[in-house]
Amino acid sequence: MTVGALSTAAYIVAALLFILSLAGLSRHETARSGVIFGISGMAIALVATVSLTVAQAWSGGAVIGLVFLLVAVVIGAAIGLWRARVVQMTGMPELIALLHSFVGLAAVLVGWNGHLAHAEIAPALVGIHNAEIFIGIFIGGVTFTGSIVAYLKLSARISSRPLMLPGKNALNILALVAFLVLTVWFVIDQRLWLLVAITLLAFALGWHLVASIGGGDMPVVVSMLNSYSGWAAAAAGFLLNNDLLIVTGALVGSSGAYLSYIMCKAMNRSFLSVIAGGFGIVASTGSDEEQGEHREITASSAAELLTAAKSVVITPGYGMAVAHAQYPVADLVRRLRERGVDVRFGIHPVAGRLPGHMNVLLAEAKVPYDIVLSMEEINDDLASTSVVLVIGANDTVNPAAAEDPGSPIAGMPVLRVWEAENVIVFKRSMAAGYAGVQNPLFFRENAQMLFGDAKQRVEDIIAAL
Amino acid sequence: MAVIGIVREPAGEARVAATPASIAQLQKLGHDVVVEHGAGSAASYPDDAYAAAGATLVERAQAWGSEIVLAITPPDPERIALLANGATFIALLSPALRPDLVESLAQRGITALALDAVPRISRAQSMDVLSSMANIAGYRAVVEAAHEFGRFFTGQVTAAGKVPPAKVLVAGAGVAGLAAIGAASSLGAIVRATDPRPEVADQVTSIGGEYLPVDVAVSTSSDGYAKATSEAYDRRAAEIYTEQAADVDIIITTALIPGRAAPRLITASDVAAMKPGSVIVDMAAGQGGNVEGSVAGERTVTGNGVIILGYTDLASRLAAQASQLYGTNVANLVALLTPGKDGALTIDFDDVVQRSVTVVRDGEVTWPPPPVQVAAAPATASSALRQAQGPEGAAPAKKSMSAGRKALLVVLGIAALFGVNAFAPAPLPQHFTVLTLSVVIGFSVIGKVHHALHTPLMSVTNAISGVIVVGAMLQITDPDPVVQILAAVAVLLASINIFGGFAVTRRMLAMFTLGTSAKGGRK
Repeated sequence: MTVGALSTAAYIVAALLFILSLAGLSRHETARSGVIFGISGMAIALVATVSLTVAQAWSGGAVIGLVFLLVAVVIGAAIGLWRARVVQMTGMPELIALLHSFVGLAAVLVGWNGHLAHAEIAPALVGIHNAEIFIGIFIGGVTFTGSIVAYLKLSARISSRPLMLPGKNALNILALVAFLVLTVWFVIDQRLWLLVAITLLAFALGWHLVASIGGGDMPVVVSMLNSYSGWAAAAAGFLLNNDLLIVTGALVGSSGAYLSYIMCKAMNRSFLSVIAGGFGIVASTGSDEEQGEHREITASSAAELLTAAKSVVITPGYGMAVAHAQYPVADLVRRLRERGVDVRFGIHPVAGRLPGHMNVLLAEAKVPYDIVLSMEEINDDLASTSVVLVIGANDTVNPAAAEDPGSPIAGMPVLRVWEAENVIVFKRSMAAGYAGVQNPLFFRENAQMLFGDAKQRVEDIIAAL
Repeated sequence: MAVIGIVREPAGEARVAATPASIAQLQKLGHDVVVEHGAGSAASYPDDAYAAAGATLVERAQAWGSEIVLAITPPDPERIALLANGATFIALLSPALRPDLVESLAQRGITALALDAVPRISRAQSMDVLSSMANIAGYRAVVEAAHEFGRFFTGQVTAAGKVPPAKVLVAGAGVAGLAAIGAASSLGAIVRATDPRPEVADQVTSIGGEYLPVDVAVSTSSDGYAKATSEAYDRRAAEIYTEQAADVDIIITTALIPGRAAPRLITASDVAAMKPGSVIVDMAAGQGGNVEGSVAGERTVTGNGVIILGYTDLASRLAAQASQLYGTNVANLVALLTPGKDGALTIDFDDVVQRSVTVVRDGEVTWPPPPVQVAAAPATASSALRQAQGPEGAAPAKKSMSAGRKALLVVLGIAALFGVNAFAPAPLPQHFTVLTLSVVIGFSVIGKVHHALHTPLMSVTNAISGVIVVGAMLQITDPDPVVQILAAVAVLLASINIFGGFAVTRRMLAMFTLGTSAKGGRK
């Protein structure tokens, strides 16, 4: 029984634990044990790999590598735990995007090493090995810069407006063709500059892909990058002949792809149109004209309306995250529920900048998860709701999506808040939403506007209760 | 523009299918309304009120000859003969119980809609006439019982002595049962309720009742036979009724099983154990009765002085109220059938509500409808949305590929996989097998994720994708220092991912809490 056989066995156990982990995360009741499964799987994989490395280092005399390994793990663990502890829940999308970039960069480095390390390879497999190096570096590189751009956009360090290069679709296709050509070239003739070229090409493509996607499509982008980081790991598995990496990478890759699909369905658009960033072009031509008079409401009359209401539905959007309004909102909900008002939340699948972003924010503020419902669950009840509070959401409650076939967002499933008796919209100003589409909701007879910072206004309402 | 006729109900039915207020709703949809003379008089809606609301008062034959006829009770053959060719008839038709009626309507070549066949989905609640009538009947049952009962409902301490509060048992906490519990407890009685569904306990408590659970120890029948459990359950339930009958003053039974005879809950010996002057209202008397000795439509008095009311027209006894709610229900149904608000009535068989209520279409029997699958109804199926996108529903069509193209893609994918595996050298086919199976597992595992858990799922998959650290670790033993340094950097980056990802997921999941009060409730 060798160390190698033991580690292979351990990898199978780890892969199973990862599958159990993902399965556990599909329900609230089992989510916590799911994480435990994941952690144990990772621990087993790490222990197995480290012992394998120790065995190799001892026989190969590369003890210095072992020191590197321990130092790197300790530093990485310290940074990771520290970031995880201090991150604000509103900053979750940025953190996840940044973490994806790490996997991407790690995949690039593993790919480079695959070329530099001079492992013994059977002659029949050399070409395949070299192609695998390129594929791994390419996917890793796209993930790396794509995630960096997503991080910068999410943390508002660069503008979240889509970048509009002329002929951008042609550029993307050109990059793919160049990747194929370079791969073939490298298989024939292994030059180091080809490795550099493919890395730069992947970096450029990743940057361009995500830069041309606007801020509102970020839920799709983040889950897409999640998927890429998985495929990068799978590619590394092919390169290193390691089944654990393939299994895990494929799990992560397919789960990210599925989430992206859910998000795209929620916006009624095809995955390709989001990736190609075509949405922004259409949206910018959307009409800006005013569609009537809007009415304003004060915080105190909003409070009266809420106290008299039988049922209230709150539909939050990214604006709630920006204003950090989740705590006052939770407080408002608690007080209304104490008065016997039936309060629920309706969450649009693409609300926020991350799949499930709103749920995390509300959970942070201790809103019980059984009153937080999805769009499908709440939409039919909205017609019998007394008051709907729209907090920092715009396009996800736009009646134009359902009623105006010429609208750029036509056909996108939306929360039908306008069917409720009263709608109160919390908004900074009358500016259009991310999609650049005017929202006819604001001019409806049953809608009233409450202008100002969402957090401040909710606190005003609580004071007036 | 269609003419809607409101007809006068036969004797014994005091309700009317439309009120002056609901007529205004119908007119807004572009319909003209004619009302038979005296249609609403029994429900305190005089002819003048209809005329003032803009309806035309007409003779019986003209009202029945309208394009759309709204009624309440199922029509007799004489009235069916009055219907115009191609008319639409909307009433309570009990299609499951009266196939003969459905058949005779079909023979007239008309379209018949049964309001009592509205499916129980949230979108159709505004047309659910069974619920609105059950609510009224439950209230009226308490009023009838109070009328017969020789005492106060509420307890009082007066100068003339102490009066104990009345005790009321309500069997069945459906819509009618809950209405009865609410009415009786607001009169001051002590109300207890039974129901085989333990989840209604909160609803009972919320309107002032006390829920009596059937406390069968399930573990005693650990042989796994549901039947045994059910026997033990039935025995215990019967004991509860016997105990309660001896104690309470008033029993209101509301237990109905769709399509079956009403279950027998109170036996003759239970009735015999009750105090003289006690009252039983058997709301299921029309379907066979929950109480032994009840007679449908009759008031009977037993030998020991217990009054049993078997009235089947409880909603009709509150005619004005019942007509108002019925009128609104039926107007909402007409609104659903007139999506253009232009007086043109259309029936869309793709809509589950419209499909379910239609028992006869243009002389063709369409009962029973296919079962309603609540979960499968897409969120986009609102009539407004389909209106906007034209009859084909342009948006969904755009996304779904034709079956032929899908099949072609699948075949191409399989062929490509086959090619790779057939020609690639040794370890590759094995890797592809692992990859393919993992992708399939990934999709099937993720497919059922609750929407609220998307973010934790992403951060955990992110942590797991840090498994690339394994690759970097294996490379770190290479003698080349450049490789070692690059590998060390990769290990560091991936470690941040692993530790950060798991830690932040744990932090997030710790925040998700379940509400302690079940107010809002999940569906």
